[in-house]
Amino acid sequence: MPSEKMLMGGSHVIGEAAVRAGCRYYFGYPITPQNELPEYLSARMLEVGGTFIQGESEIASINMVLGASAAGGRVMTSSSSPGIALKQEGISYMAGMELPGVVVNMMRGGPGLGNIAPSAADYFQATRGGGNGDYRTPVLAPAGCQELAELTFLAFDLADRYRTPVIILGDGLMGQVMEPVVFPDFIDLKDLPKKDWALAGCEGREPRAIFSMLLGQKGELYYHNLHLQEKYEKITAEEQRWETYKTDDAEMIVVAYGTAARIAESAINEIRNKGVSVGLFRPITLWPYPIKILRNLSLKAQKVAVFELSLGQMVEDVVLSVGERAEIHFYGIPGGVIPTPAEVADFLRSAYSGDGKVGRRIEV
Amino acid sequence: MSKEAVYKKVFGRPQSLKKAETHYCPGCGHSIAHRLVAECLDELGLREKTIGVPPVGCAVLAYNYFNFDMVEAPHGRALAVATGIKRVHPDKFVLTYQGDGDLAAIGTAETIHAANRGENISTIFINNAIYGMTGGQMAPTTVLGQDATTSPGGRDSRLHGRPIDISRMIAVSDGVVYVERCAVTGVKQIRRAKKALKKAFKCQLDGLGFSLVELLSPCPTNWKLSVKGAWTWVNEKMVKTYPLGVIKDTTGYEDKK
Repeated sequence: MPSEKMLMGGSHVIGEAAVRAGCRYYFGYPITPQNELPEYLSARMLEVGGTFIQGESEIASINMVLGASAAGGRVMTSSSSPGIALKQEGISYMAGMELPGVVVNMMRGGPGLGNIAPSAADYFQATRGGGNGDYRTPVLAPAGCQELAELTFLAFDLADRYRTPVIILGDGLMGQVMEPVVFPDFIDLKDLPKKDWALAGCEGREPRAIFSMLLGQKGELYYHNLHLQEKYEKITAEEQRWETYKTDDAEMIVVAYGTAARIAESAINEIRNKGVSVGLFRPITLWPYPIKILRNLSLKAQKVAVFELSLGQMVEDVVLSVGERAEIHFYGIPGGVIPTPAEVADFLRSAYSGDGKVGRRIEV
Repeated sequence: MSKEAVYKKVFGRPQSLKKAETHYCPGCGHSIAHRLVAECLDELGLREKTIGVPPVGCAVLAYNYFNFDMVEAPHGRALAVATGIKRVHPDKFVLTYQGDGDLAAIGTAETIHAANRGENISTIFINNAIYGMTGGQMAPTTVLGQDATTSPGGRDSRLHGRPIDISRMIAVSDGVVYVERCAVTGVKQIRRAKKALKKAFKCQLDGLGFSLVELLSPCPTNWKLSVKGAWTWVNEKMVKTYPLGVIKDTTGYEDKK
């Protein structure tokens, strides 16, 4: 049975959703603004007989995730931007070794230590691989507490189904905001997918090895990469998710994800009251990016306005989707500053009229 | 009289070793160390319960030689990976097999913290005082005066820092129950090394906590010595920086004479 409606902060929501989704292993290292998540799980894992370890570093933590995953556990880690940079080693290995796991990034301002305010400047890091090698990870971008709960379930599902690390890309605001949430029911651990590839000692079978190094002279690494690519194409074909808001009659499509989409939604309502018909396209999977859906919407509207909490990262995927088929305008806020809906409304009016006062036109 | 009564097998390949040719150089200590680990696992009946983690370095391909489940770890992270495995399978036997660069340089933090948490894991630490796989660069354990491709003219403490004795470092932790340093460069030392490995494995079976056996191991190729010369160098020079013997033992086990 789903839970009653509860009022909870975003980080706690992910923790509770993970436990309900059958996650029994969590390894992480403290970093603001996501500490509420490991704090929650340090207590909750005790209640459900799971394992919580505060690792000595982000690197150690992701490698504990790697080990637990190889052993067949449903496992998660979380961090924020600079910490996620450190985890890229393990994420790349897990992609190469085809090990499932969920990695939560509550983004903060960068580069470097930056600041601890919400930001969305890790889009490239999340969607372009992040670590070394030719790999991708599914990236889920929640825009509220209810969605945090649902996408946490989905993240574990996708991770197991495709044997890949999956990234939940939130930000400091998403981790702190309190909203009502109804949790899906607990998954019975007996119903978790069987992992006939995992390691548990070789009793009754030949020994197994899980590794990413393929030195062979017969093109082993070449064929392994083609195999991974095939998997990524399947994910691209089957796992795109998005949401639209008031796009049916829209003359301009606003593209934003996560916290930025929440602000954009308020801005859209504000200027719709003044008779300008704009609608929101909110990608939920940032990789795979819903390219065709956005392309079709933009063909109809002829104008696209991109708003990001970075100086222009997702906009590159919008350009890839839309090309020259519509005008593309961009407005980005760097370094952990959250604009008001009124400021975003100013940008939308400017993009709609083409006066160039707020934001800029992207030349394709 | 039946054949069985006449012939008794006195020596053979341990079941925990695959029938495979290794890539190790002639005279390399890894082959001996692999065999000792395999013999101990066989004798304790652990092969089918074992999950091992090899290092990045010369033994990176150990899963081609050991006949039990293994998972690769990024360089230095074997004990973090092993921690994850052991927490999922507390009833299985988990070991890491790591070289000096892996365990005592890039993986120092993972080593010290896994040991200090008292993870119920057994670690085999191969110390050959050199980076073998990459071609003879200075290792954290390279001894003073020892020539390496990145310490030309010999390791100089002012230029290159001093060799690290990580076995003694972790021994101060209460999470660590047993640490012994042995060598694989002589019959007597090899016998002693096997005893130490077995004892370390027993620590895990009894749930006592973290144990580590350091094996001083020859690398004739990168030391640019003959096999015999490499053994002599371990037994006469290397032991001065890394004296053999029990470094810590709070197991309470009584050693059989």
